[in-house]
Amino acid sequence: MLRRLFTSDNEVRDIIAVILASLVLWEVAVRVLAPSPLILPSPSGIALAFWETPVVFLRHLGFTLLTTVVGFASAVVLGVLLAVGIVYSRFLERTVYTLLVALNSIPKVALAPLFVIWMGTGTEPKIAIALMLALFPIVIDMVLGLRSVDPDMLALARVSKASPLAVLFKIRFPCALPSLFAGMKVAISFALVGAIVGEFVAGSKGLGFQILIAQGQFDTVRVFVSLVLLGVVGTLLFFLVDYAERLLLPWHFSQRTRSEAVRGA
Amino acid sequence: MADGTAPEGTDKGAIQAPYVSISRVGKTYASPRGAVPALVDISLDIAPGEFISVVGPSGCGKSTLLKLVAGLEEPSAGTLKVAGRPLKGPPDNLAVVFQRDVLLDWRTILDNVLLSIEFMGLPRAKYKDRAVALLQRFGLGGFEHRFPWELSGGMRQRASICRALLSDPELLLMDEPFGALDAMTRDDLNIELARIWQETRKTLLFITHSIAEAVFLSDRVVMMGKAPGMVVDVIRIDLPRPRSLASRETAEFVEYVARIRHHFAELGIVKE
Repeated sequence: MLRRLFTSDNEVRDIIAVILASLVLWEVAVRVLAPSPLILPSPSGIALAFWETPVVFLRHLGFTLLTTVVGFASAVVLGVLLAVGIVYSRFLERTVYTLLVALNSIPKVALAPLFVIWMGTGTEPKIAIALMLALFPIVIDMVLGLRSVDPDMLALARVSKASPLAVLFKIRFPCALPSLFAGMKVAISFALVGAIVGEFVAGSKGLGFQILIAQGQFDTVRVFVSLVLLGVVGTLLFFLVDYAERLLLPWHFSQRTRSEAVRGA
Repeated sequence: MADGTAPEGTDKGAIQAPYVSISRVGKTYASPRGAVPALVDISLDIAPGEFISVVGPSGCGKSTLLKLVAGLEEPSAGTLKVAGRPLKGPPDNLAVVFQRDVLLDWRTILDNVLLSIEFMGLPRAKYKDRAVALLQRFGLGGFEHRFPWELSGGMRQRASICRALLSDPELLLMDEPFGALDAMTRDDLNIELARIWQETRKTLLFITHSIAEAVFLSDRVVMMGKAPGMVVDVIRIDLPRPRSLASRETAEFVEYVARIRHHFAELGIVKE
C-alpha cells in the first residue's frame, strides 16, 4: 500500500533534476553572455532580490494564495452542485449546461474588467474571476464523471429498488470522484491564473500587482521573483490536489497509468 | 413479498404454476431507419426451482430477454408474469448477475456483497454474518476486507454472485456471468453454481453462448436464433443430478451438446 503511494518517487526525482540542471545552465549562460539585467537576471540575482524584502513578497504571495484557494474552493462546491443538478434535471442540462459549454469557448480572462465594474477593486472581484475560471473544468468533468457509471451497475440498483439518493451517494458520486479530481487539477491552475488576472486589472495587493509595479519601474529582477514564487506555488497547489486524490481514491490511483498522472499538469 | 405459490390456488398438484411466464413477448427498438425487431413471439414458462439456459449467437436478443424478465425494459408485445403477477418494473425477490461483476472499487468485498441489501433498505447488521458465510462458501473467506482491484476476475465474479444470493432471491437471472473468465475458472464456477443451485433450488434463467455450459447446468436449454431473435427449440436435459465435471465426459452429455450444435447448424444459425 505505502509502496504503491510512492511509486512516483522517480518521477519527482526526474522533475527536480531537470529543474536544477536548467537553473545551473541559466546561471552559467547569464554569467558568460552577460545580457543586460533589464532583459534577463541570473537565478542567483533573483534569489538575492527575494532575500532583500522577503516579507513583502510573502505578504503579496499570501494574498494571491488566499484569493486562489477561496476561488477554487467555491468553484468546487458550486461546480459539484451544478453538475449534480445538470445530470438529474433535463431542464438544467438543456439550459445551464448548454450555456456553460457555449461560454467555455470564449476567452474568460477578457471578462475580468467587467467584474471590476460590477464588484469594485477589493478582494471579491479577484475571487470571482478565480472562481469563474476554475468552475468550467470542474462542472464539465464532474458531469462526465457522474454519467460514466456502468449501466449494469444502475440496472443492479434498479433491481434492488435503490432510492435515487442512494444511487447518487453510493454509486454516482464516488464513481465521479476520479473525474472530479482531474477537473480539480486543471481548475487549481486556472484559479491561480484568475487571481493574477484580477490583480492585473485592478489591485493594490498580490503578486500580480507586484509584477505590474516592478514592470513600471523596469525592475526586471522583481518581476522574476514574483514569477518564480507563482511557479512554486502553482506547482505546490497542483501536487496538493494530486496528493489528496491519492489519499482519498487509493482504488483509482492503483489503476491509473503514469501518463494520466501527468495529464493535468 | 412474492410467496411463489399459484395466485388462485386452484392448480396445485400435478401441474405446478410457472414462476416465470413469458407469453408471446416481442421487443422492437426504434431506430432512424424504422423499427427493428429484437425479439419476436417468445413464449416460455419457467417452473419454480427450474434451471433454464438460453443459448444463441451474439445479437439474438438473449440479453434483451433477460432485461425484460428483470423488469428493466418493457416488452413491445405480449405479457410477462413473475410469481403470477404481471410485471411492472423489477419484481420482488429478484437478483441479477451480469457478465461484468460491477463491483464498486471503493468498497471492500464484504461491503460490496452487502450493497444490494443496503439498496433494499434492509439492515446490514442482520445480513453481515450471512454475507461472511456466503463468501466462505465461495472460497472467498479471508478476503472480506480486501478491495475488488486486489482480486482476480474469477474471485470478483464469485463475490458478485454472493451479492446476488445474499437476499435469498426466488429468481436469479444471470447474463453470461462466466463469459469473461478463462476456461479453468469457468469450469470451477460452473461446478459451484451447479452445487449452489442443487442446495437452494432457485428459479434460474442463465444466458450463455456456450452450449456445453448450458447443457451441464440446465434442466432445459432454450435455443435462440437471430435477426429477429426467436426461440427455435427447447431441449430438455435429462442428465442425472447432482452433476460433476465427470458428467461432461459421459456419452449422453456429449450427445446433447452435439445435438444442439447440429440443430443450430441445420437452421443455418451457426456454421459447422
